[in-house]
Amino acid sequence: MMSSTHFRSATAIALGVVLGVFGGLANADWAPKKPIELVVMAGKGGGADKLARFMQSIVEKNDLSSKPILPVNKPGGSGAEALVYVKQKQGDDHTLLVTLNSFYTTPLRQPALGIEIMSFAPIARMAEDTFLLWVNVDSGINNVDDFVKAAKSAGNKWIMAGTGKGQEDQLLTSFLNSAYGLDMKYVPFKGGGRVAKELAGNHANSTVNNPSEQLGFYEAGNTRALASFTPERLPLFKDAPTFKELGKDFVYFMQRSVVGAPGMSPEAEAYYRKVFKAIYDSAEWQDYMKKKSLQGDFLTGDGLKEYWGREYKIHQKMLKDIGEI
Amino acid sequence: MEIFSLLIEGFTIAFEPLNLGLVIFGCALGLFIGAMPGLGSVNGVAILLPMTFLVPPTSAIIFLGAIYYGAMYGGAISSIMLGIPGASTAVATTFDGRPMALKGLADQALVTAATASFIGGTISIILFTLFAPPLAKVALAFGAAEEFALMMLAFATFIGLGGDDIPKTLFSIFIGLVLSAVGLDIISGQPRLIFGDITGFMHGINFLVLAIGIYGIGEMLWTIETSKGEMTVSQANVTFRRIVDGFRTLRRTFKATMIGSFLGYFVGILPAAGATPGSLMAYGVAKTVSREPETFGKGNPEGVAAPESANNAASTGSMLPMLTLGIPGSPTTAILLGGMVIWGLEPGPMLFVEHRDFVWGLIASLYVANAFALLINIAFIPAFIWVLRLPFTILAPLIFILCIVGGYGPTQDMHDVWLMLGFGVVGYLLRKLDYPMAPAVLAIVLGPLAEISMRQSLLQSGGNVFVFFERPISGTIMVIAIILFLLPLIKLVRGMLGRKATG
Repeated sequence: MMSSTHFRSATAIALGVVLGVFGGLANADWAPKKPIELVVMAGKGGGADKLARFMQSIVEKNDLSSKPILPVNKPGGSGAEALVYVKQKQGDDHTLLVTLNSFYTTPLRQPALGIEIMSFAPIARMAEDTFLLWVNVDSGINNVDDFVKAAKSAGNKWIMAGTGKGQEDQLLTSFLNSAYGLDMKYVPFKGGGRVAKELAGNHANSTVNNPSEQLGFYEAGNTRALASFTPERLPLFKDAPTFKELGKDFVYFMQRSVVGAPGMSPEAEAYYRKVFKAIYDSAEWQDYMKKKSLQGDFLTGDGLKEYWGREYKIHQKMLKDIGEI
Repeated sequence: MEIFSLLIEGFTIAFEPLNLGLVIFGCALGLFIGAMPGLGSVNGVAILLPMTFLVPPTSAIIFLGAIYYGAMYGGAISSIMLGIPGASTAVATTFDGRPMALKGLADQALVTAATASFIGGTISIILFTLFAPPLAKVALAFGAAEEFALMMLAFATFIGLGGDDIPKTLFSIFIGLVLSAVGLDIISGQPRLIFGDITGFMHGINFLVLAIGIYGIGEMLWTIETSKGEMTVSQANVTFRRIVDGFRTLRRTFKATMIGSFLGYFVGILPAAGATPGSLMAYGVAKTVSREPETFGKGNPEGVAAPESANNAASTGSMLPMLTLGIPGSPTTAILLGGMVIWGLEPGPMLFVEHRDFVWGLIASLYVANAFALLINIAFIPAFIWVLRLPFTILAPLIFILCIVGGYGPTQDMHDVWLMLGFGVVGYLLRKLDYPMAPAVLAIVLGPLAEISMRQSLLQSGGNVFVFFERPISGTIMVIAIILFLLPLIKLVRGMLGRKATG
């Protein structure tokens, strides 16, 4: 099984090289025959959905695909519904999926779904979203030391708002709890925008939102970034140190990747790689990454699979640590 | 006075030929999208979003705003004419709109719906123009506890909705609540009531599936039974005179329209709610304060005016948190928010400062869209009425097809079509047994919102129930809700005492 996928990706890469050399000529080999379904593991208007529609608009604007890309929302079960749906599309050349870190956590938490993440076609990692620790400016907290002091004295009255259960935000909360000996209470809300509002309205004490979710309030001077979960300081938030600088060797990202249905033909895989590479290289995408403080290079094929393997293990450990699995 | 100069600036943008053309086109398109079951404003805006890069951002939002608006008008059309809610926001309109059509008053119902939409829309835009920044603060002050209190208020107004049979109303509400619990629980992350591992249940039960089943399929079965398969043609006339007469009923529906306008707008500005809960709540409140609540559900124009004014007001309202806080107030504005990302605009508190032309162009265009949607709608009433003149043997298969499309549309899952047909049969049986179904629809819409906000506030307070009463806003709303809950009980006791006295 493993060797056959290896073989497949090897052919795909070879094909990709050929495509690169012959450009449009080789493209005639395979082209989508009907509209491409881009499954989104979140509801309409959520972060993943916005991104999927953004990619769709770049494709339309620059005429990158001969058939349209249509986002389809399957929001149920933290991605479970979407993963099962795409898994059932075995061998389909017209089904893609936009994934987040629930790509790892949902199969880990629900082994009964029978999702084997390595079976999905590794099309593209478009970016890695970053996380920061945020507080309301009214709190008077200026740095992580203040934060730890305040959260310690509040005990379990300190509320951390986040999105979802057993997902990114809660994993980060439990990291902070154990790293600083805190007892913050995690309260899940629907969507990062809502979480940002809870903080801005002083209904929550802190969040670990992505910059894209908190940026509006940050720019209005309502919320403050204390520290980032990145290896280096983010250009947009130069004043916020990394947790690494503060002596906690912890880095965490959220992948923004696109995968194909399991058993997708190598020709189709190569075609989509080219499309998404073109999206990645577009001025719109690069501009968006800069504005929303997204990081990460374009990854595909074996490189993307290696990345999944690493992240899968990290998430397995984190989920075990908080007792979710 | 700064507001007025900004507004005039906005109007000059809205009246640019391209923008004006887009408003008219958007209204007409929205009307169709809203009227078509299975195609609501959410789908319409989502489908057209990628096309908007062809025009500047201000024109794009004006176009999508007009579609959103037109869809609010359009949803009423199929609710009234066919008894199938054209969009989720028009479910409450079926409660009285359909009975009016069956009584041969379809034209009057349509005129009431259109004018109420216009008034609700206009009031809400004026409120938006004058009070956007302070209202944004109100939206911010609303936490989970306040949201829960508001949901309780909505339930309280609906206790009296099913007529005087309170036990049957409660039963209907509980059915709705159970159905609303299906799917993923966002607090614990566990799937609930998915019957083993049926993936179709994972996304929960879309309430449109329930509403279309009950009102579309159930209603059709009912009509087939009562007409005994005979070819029937509903009486439906339309003349210019009758439309003008329709405007005369405005006085009668004035109170309901005002309730719908203000309540709808207010519910709209709260994140997480939107036009659907807004219209249902307006219906409940209008009924509670009406002088003739017993005629609600039997074709009272007030029951059309309240939800229709509310859904338009709420659609404007939901743009407020979108623009000022960057939080969608409804599913449709969530998509618009995504659109702003595509156009390179940062929603949030700074938008009003940095992109004035965008904000004020949008606000001014809403005034224009509102006027055109009314005109287009009234102009098409004769065409809509023509549909009603079709013999039932033609109309029934048409309704059936539209129901299937409407059940499939929102989730694109055949599972939901089967579910919708099942609800249709159950709805028909419950109707035979005289169970009111509107409370079930309300419960499936508000149930998840109420549950999540209650659990969030209890988590925040560490399990202290008094959190709902300690906070000033939520406390006040809770007290009103409790009084409303007790009202039917008080009436009951008074009635019993009265009978004793006379007997």
